[in-house]
Parts: sequence; C-alpha cells; structure tokens
Amino acid sequence: MKPIVLKRGSPIFDKVFKIGAAVAATYVLAIIVLIVFQLSTGSYPIWTKEGIYFLTGSDWNSEQDREIYGAAPYVMGTFVTAGLAMVIGVPISIGIAMFLAELAPSFLRSPLSFIIELLAAVPSVIYGLWGLFVFRLYLKDWIETPLNNAFGNNVWFFSGTPFGLDIFTASIVLAIMIIPTISSISREIMLAVPNSQREAAYMLGATKFEVFKLAVIPYSKSGLIGASILGLGRAVGETMAVTMLIGNATGPNAFPVSLFQPGQTMSSIIANEFSEATQGGLHIAALIGVGLILFIVAIVINIAAHLLVARVIKSHEGAVLA
Amino acid sequence: MITVEQRAEFRKHFRYNVSRRLVTDKIIKGVVFGCVVITIIPLGSILLEVFRNGASALSIEFLTQVPGAVGEAGGGIGPAIQGTLLLVGMSSLIGVPIGVLGGIFLSEFGNNRLGKTIRFFNDVLAEFPTIVIGLFAFIMIVLVFGTFSILAGMFALSIIMLPIITRTTEEALKLVPISYREAGYALGIKRWTIIMRIILSSAKSGLVTGIMLSVARIGGETAPLIFTILGSSQFFSGFDQPMDALPLRIWRLSLLPYDTAAAQGWGAALVLILIVLALNIGVRYVFLRKHGRSLHVRITGGG
Amino acid sequence: MSSYENMEGHYMSELQEADKMETVTKSPIKHSSTEDVKYKLIAENIVASYDGVVAVKNVNMKFRDKAVTALIGPSGCGKTTFLRCLNRMHELTKNAKLTGRVLLDGEDLYSNEQDPIINRRKIGMVFQKPNPFPTMSIYDNVAAGLKLNGLRDKSIIEQIVKGCLEMVYLWDEVKDDLKKPGMSLSGGQQQRLCIARALAIQPEVLLMDEPASALDPIATQKIEEMITELKKEYTIIIVTHNMQQAVRVSDYTGFMYLGDLIEFGETKQIFENPRNEITAKYVQGQFG
Repeated sequence: MKPIVLKRGSPIFDKVFKIGAAVAATYVLAIIVLIVFQLSTGSYPIWTKEGIYFLTGSDWNSEQDREIYGAAPYVMGTFVTAGLAMVIGVPISIGIAMFLAELAPSFLRSPLSFIIELLAAVPSVIYGLWGLFVFRLYLKDWIETPLNNAFGNNVWFFSGTPFGLDIFTASIVLAIMIIPTISSISREIMLAVPNSQREAAYMLGATKFEVFKLAVIPYSKSGLIGASILGLGRAVGETMAVTMLIGNATGPNAFPVSLFQPGQTMSSIIANEFSEATQGGLHIAALIGVGLILFIVAIVINIAAHLLVARVIKSHEGAVLA
Repeated sequence: MITVEQRAEFRKHFRYNVSRRLVTDKIIKGVVFGCVVITIIPLGSILLEVFRNGASALSIEFLTQVPGAVGEAGGGIGPAIQGTLLLVGMSSLIGVPIGVLGGIFLSEFGNNRLGKTIRFFNDVLAEFPTIVIGLFAFIMIVLVFGTFSILAGMFALSIIMLPIITRTTEEALKLVPISYREAGYALGIKRWTIIMRIILSSAKSGLVTGIMLSVARIGGETAPLIFTILGSSQFFSGFDQPMDALPLRIWRLSLLPYDTAAAQGWGAALVLILIVLALNIGVRYVFLRKHGRSLHVRITGGG
Repeated sequence: MSSYENMEGHYMSELQEADKMETVTKSPIKHSSTEDVKYKLIAENIVASYDGVVAVKNVNMKFRDKAVTALIGPSGCGKTTFLRCLNRMHELTKNAKLTGRVLLDGEDLYSNEQDPIINRRKIGMVFQKPNPFPTMSIYDNVAAGLKLNGLRDKSIIEQIVKGCLEMVYLWDEVKDDLKKPGMSLSGGQQQRLCIARALAIQPEVLLMDEPASALDPIATQKIEEMITELKKEYTIIIVTHNMQQAVRVSDYTGFMYLGDLIEFGETKQIFENPRNEITAKYVQGQFG
C-alpha cells in the first residue's frame, strides 16, 4: 500500500458522514413503505369495485362494459406451483446438502458447490427459454403423455391432453430454480453442527446415515425448515420462467385442477396481461391489486423464513449468512 | 452396578441388524448422490442448448444491428445489448453509492436496534418478487412522467441491486481487522477519513465482488423491465424513451411463432449467459485469490 | 434374498462369537500368551498419523481388566490420538492413517472381517466436553445407543437406563423427571449423562478423554468417585493432564512424550520412583 498522507479531517464532516450513511441505510425502509403505499393506492379502484370478490372470485374479463376481476385462480396457481416445486425441490436439496456436508470427498466439495451456485445465476428468462423449446418436450413425451394415457380418465390431476405448457412443467422448472437456494443454506446449517455431536453418535456404533439422523438432523431441523421456506419465497416470486411455461389460462379455467392443463400464477398474469392493459383503467388497477396480494404473500413468507434461519444460525455460531 | 455377567445378558437382547443397516447406508448414499446428478443434468442441458442453438445466430451484424422485420431472418439485437449495458451501468450509479454507504453504516455504526431492523428488512427486500418492484417503478415513474422510459428501468433495477450491495459491503468491511481502525483512532484521525481511506481500500476486493454479483443479477432481470422500459426496436434515444434490453428481447422473441425469432432468441440468450457467467466466475476467482475463501452471500438469479 | 440372509447369518454368528469373547477373560485366544491372560485390551505397534503428521510412533500397551489405566503426558504427546485408536475413532479424522492391532480379549478390532461400527460399540467413549444430544431428553440420551443397536424390549431399555444412571450417580438427581431435556442439566451432570450413554451399550471397556477438565472441582470429585466404583466391573482407560487425578484414580499409568510411550507401570511406581529421566522431570512438574 502506498503511504497515504492523512489529514486529521474536520469533525463536522464526521457528523455529516455518519448522518449520510444512516440516511442511505434507512433508504431501504423508505422504499418498502413506499411500495406498500403505492401498491395500495394504485389498486384502490379494484378494491372499491370488486371488494372481496377480487380475492374469492374467478371470473376475469377485461373487455370494456364486461369488466370483472376475480384473482382467486391466480392465487391458487401460485400456491400450487410453489407447493409442487417444494415437494420436489426440498428433498433433492436436502440430499445435495447432505452429500456436500457429510459425504463428499474434499476435492469434490468446492467444484460441486460452484456448479450449483451457477444454477442460481442463470437468469429466469433463460430457464423459460430452455423449458419452452427443450425441456417441456421431454416432459411431454416421457412423463405427461404416458401418465395421461394410463390414468387420465381416472385420476383428475392427470386429465387433459398435455402439450407441455402447463402447471406440471412450470412446477418442475421452478423446483430446479429453487434447489440452489435451499441446498446451499441447508449445507451451511449442516456444517454448523459441531463435530462432537457426530462423534458421540459414531461412538455408539452408528453408520454414516445413522450419524446423520441422530446428530445432524435434530440439531439443524429448524434451520432446514427456514431454508425451505426461503425457497418457497423464491418460488412464489418467480415470474419469467413460470410465465413462459404455464400456458396463460385466465378466468375459471385457470384454476389449478389438472397438472397437465395450462394455468396462471399471480406473477404470470401480471406479465402476460400488462401490455393489453390500458393505462389508468380498471385492468391496470386489477393487475396492481394482484401485485399487492403477491407482495403480501411473499413478504410474510420471507419474514418467517428469515426469523427461523437467523435464530438457528445465531445460536450455533454458524457461517455468516442472511 | 451392572456386572460383567449382567452385561452379557443384556447384550443377548441386542439385535444389531448390522447387514441391514449397512445396506440402508449404502442405498441412502446412492440416493443422495443421485440428487446431485439430477441437479447437474439441467444445468448441463441449459448450457449445452444455449451454446448449441445460439452459436449459429452469432455474427457481427447480429450483435450490432437493429431487429429486422418480424418473422424474417436478418437484423440483430444491437439495441438490446446497448440497453442492457446502459441500464446496468446507470442503475449502478444510483444503487452502488447508496448501497455502499448503507453497508458502511451497518458495519461501522449498526450494532444497535436500528441496525438490526435495517439489516432484517434489507434481506427481505433482497428477495422481493421483482415484478412487484417493476410495478412500483411503473407507478412512481412511468405514470408520473407519462412515458415508458429507461429512467423507470434504472429506478427499478437500482432497488433490486441495493440490498445485495449493502449486504456484501457490510460483509467485506467486517473482514477488515479491527486493528486497522484502532490504529487510525490512535493516530487521532477522524472516523470518516479512517473509513474512506483505510478501510474501504482494504475491503476493495469484497466491494468489487458485491458489485459484480449484483450486476450479474440485474443484468438477467426481465420482470421489472416489462412495464418500465417496455422494449423497443431502436437504439437509445433519450432517458425518457423506451429502450430494449437482452432479457426482455429474449422473452419477446420467444413469444413469436417464427423459427427465425427462436434462433435470435437463442443467440441473445447466449450473449446474456456469457455476460452473467463471466461475472460469476470472475468474482469467484477475484475474491478467492485474495481471501482464500468465498464471500458468503446468497445471490439468486433474476426473476 | 438368500445372500442377504447369509450376510445376516454370518454377522449373527460373528457377533455371538464376539459376545462370548467380550466376557471371557480367562481362556487365551489366538495370539495371546498365558502372560497376557489378565489383559483385557492390548495395543500392538500402533502407529497413527493425520494430515501427514505422525502423532503416535509405534506404541505398545497392555490394559488390565477391572483396573484403571491413566495416560499422562504434555500437550501434543499423542495420548488422545492413541486413545482414539483403541475404539476405531481415529480413522474418522481427516487424512488419518493407522497401522497396528488392537486386541480386545484376543480379537483384533482392526481386522477387515467386520465393519467398524460393530467394534466401536464394544468400547464406550466419553469426550472432553460434555456432548449430550441437545434435542433429546435424559432418558432418550441414555437409550440412544440401545435403539441404534436393535434393542426393542421397552422393559429392558428401562432397566438399562436406570442401571446406567445409577452407576454414574445421576439416578437420584433425575429420576423424577427423565423426560427433561438433556441440556437442562449442569455441566457436571451432563458429563455423567454422557458416561451413562456410553455405558448403556454394554461395553467392557470405557475410554475417557480428560473427562473432568471442563468441570468444577466438586463435579470432578464426583466423577473420580464414580470411576473408582466403576473399575470393579469395567476396564477403564483415562487420558488426563492432571497428575494428581492420575494418582487418585488410576492403578496403572503410561507416560507419553512426543508420540512415544516413555514409561508404563503401576501408578505408585511411576510417580514415586520413575525409571526414566523424562518421566521424572514430567511428574515433578518441570515441564507441562
């Protein structure tokens, strides 16, 4: 380091600097408050017009003179796709975390973690592109059509002729997208379990998996749940890949009934319909209203997740993470 | 006291089940390894397809020209590339100073109630659905000024990158040894000088890491651009005008039913993924080489 | 699947054989001479290293049944590494290497015929810092090893839990509330809980790695009294840096220095009449 000539500096500037930094830091809080405010006022027209129907109804028509907006199918769509993504993604993530934390030889750990981080870095729109032109064709031919042929008439969620642009495809790709998040936090949490716990289990004569069950899982359980909920938050907020793969159904048809039928989530309806919505009209207010619901759902999930993860990591002096 | 004989008696009741337990152990190891393989396959497929399909679309014209007529071959993604570069650069001009200052506040003055609250909500903001942030920018800028504009896009992206920069700055500053600060105080130097001159320069690589990571993140964001910059077929024509960007163009191209459009979409995807990967890989080596470990921050891809 | 049953049968007969071996100390088996008859555990030519550093350089030791053997020596002399070799815990360390044999009643614990998990169960271990399973109750902590090794009979589990808690002088203190979490106990009680957990799997030998170093003097005293009682029925090997403790508690002592066993003998002799110069310097406190 080159020698720096340091002036003592004026005390007033010190105060100004501190205040400036504080203002910058609180900018975050201001933004969040503003978002709530703007979304609420922007969607006000739809709440006065539709009231509770906006949350419970399923008709969705933006033609003038026939406007009606019920967002229930899209709320359901978000929950179903996110839920399915969790059902698939969480076990795989825990498996990866277990491999990286307990089983992998040391030369594999770094490169594997890096590869999984890369998965997280791929932009959502590219997931969508890949899903649209490549992956959904495989899903359609190898999973959807066979299942539909075998069980389509009996099992309601396999019914409908599959084209690959549906809830199923969107959920699978969503699962792939949340795996890096959940697995990397889970791995950190597992690594934070002190080795003395594992040794106690080994001493009793446990196999590697039994050591995992006895010493690692109970210790990290709440942290793993927190990591999963963070993944859920990500899945709920995800827009582009879902928009490109879910098929763009609207109205009562958008209710998630069959896996192989097109659907719609809160984020995808906004992306899909935005260009049609004339500015200032009721349609825009409806989309902003959907945005408000999405915002509330996402923030509740994220706050819950952060409280869980922070509590676990603080008590175990684990790696420095959110 | 459990005597030797009693122990022998008790052990007779142990069923051990050793072979079953060892088999279970092996099966689980296989399943877990399978999880890893299942996850790597999509990544390999995505990279493969993007490179395979996108490479054939690449050419100088493709990278520099405006889009041609819809459905016809020819034309390029020049405005989209320009738009992405502009957007990212301008958003950083807003997001980086505020984020760095905020990170300084949290690391130097933030060990109190206010700091904890800010940190908490900072992390919450980091995971917001970006489409909501786009709506917010739409209401705050587009509706107010009356046009879709690059300004609105900058505003949205700066909000998205802000929490990441704050967090990584704080982490990087925390790594600087306390002794540096103490040495400064002992010499009677004022706090802000200490921070600006001594600490920031030691934490430089960490800060650069954070900036690069957040740039990679916002470069790939599509949702907040839909109702801010709207998209365009022209090069930059003013801060109050709509603009194109790579992720947005990819999406729009994917909606068209023409093969030529799809080919261009893959090409644009290749350009985008090269930028994002280069930043991510670069970050890993820059920071790893200096500190011997990775900066522990979760950065998730665009929404 | 017949191969599965064969495996199961193979292990069962092995275990039944091993069980017999665990209790019989009179008849000589395999490589032991009539001299070795009184020795429960014999360590032969143990050379152990980790991360390239050789911590134990060819140590031979014999441990008598129903007696306490102490391992003393300055920090870094290899006593803890050696202890961990006795129950196959050393191989869990990163980049660990080991050669040599450990004979429990004449049977080599390092033979390739059995998976380590079987042999680890035969020797119990207590660690420096108490490490009960934090999410489990007192009862479940002690019973953890039993459930692992396939003991289903609830009444026998209860018998064993009670017996082990009595042996560590914890029963009277916790008997009214066995469902309390293990972590709610004091440090000394937690360590005794860990000892009970180790004893629950019915080992013949108990290894203790500085079990009282993290405890206050009163808790230490309780543990030493407990050891003096336990040795009537168990073989105990204790690593300690506290020489007075070694004198109070052990019958035999081994002094290790820089990975070698310098001297081994009756505790009285080692401390009052050491034959080796380094031993003499150590027990007189000239280095530590």
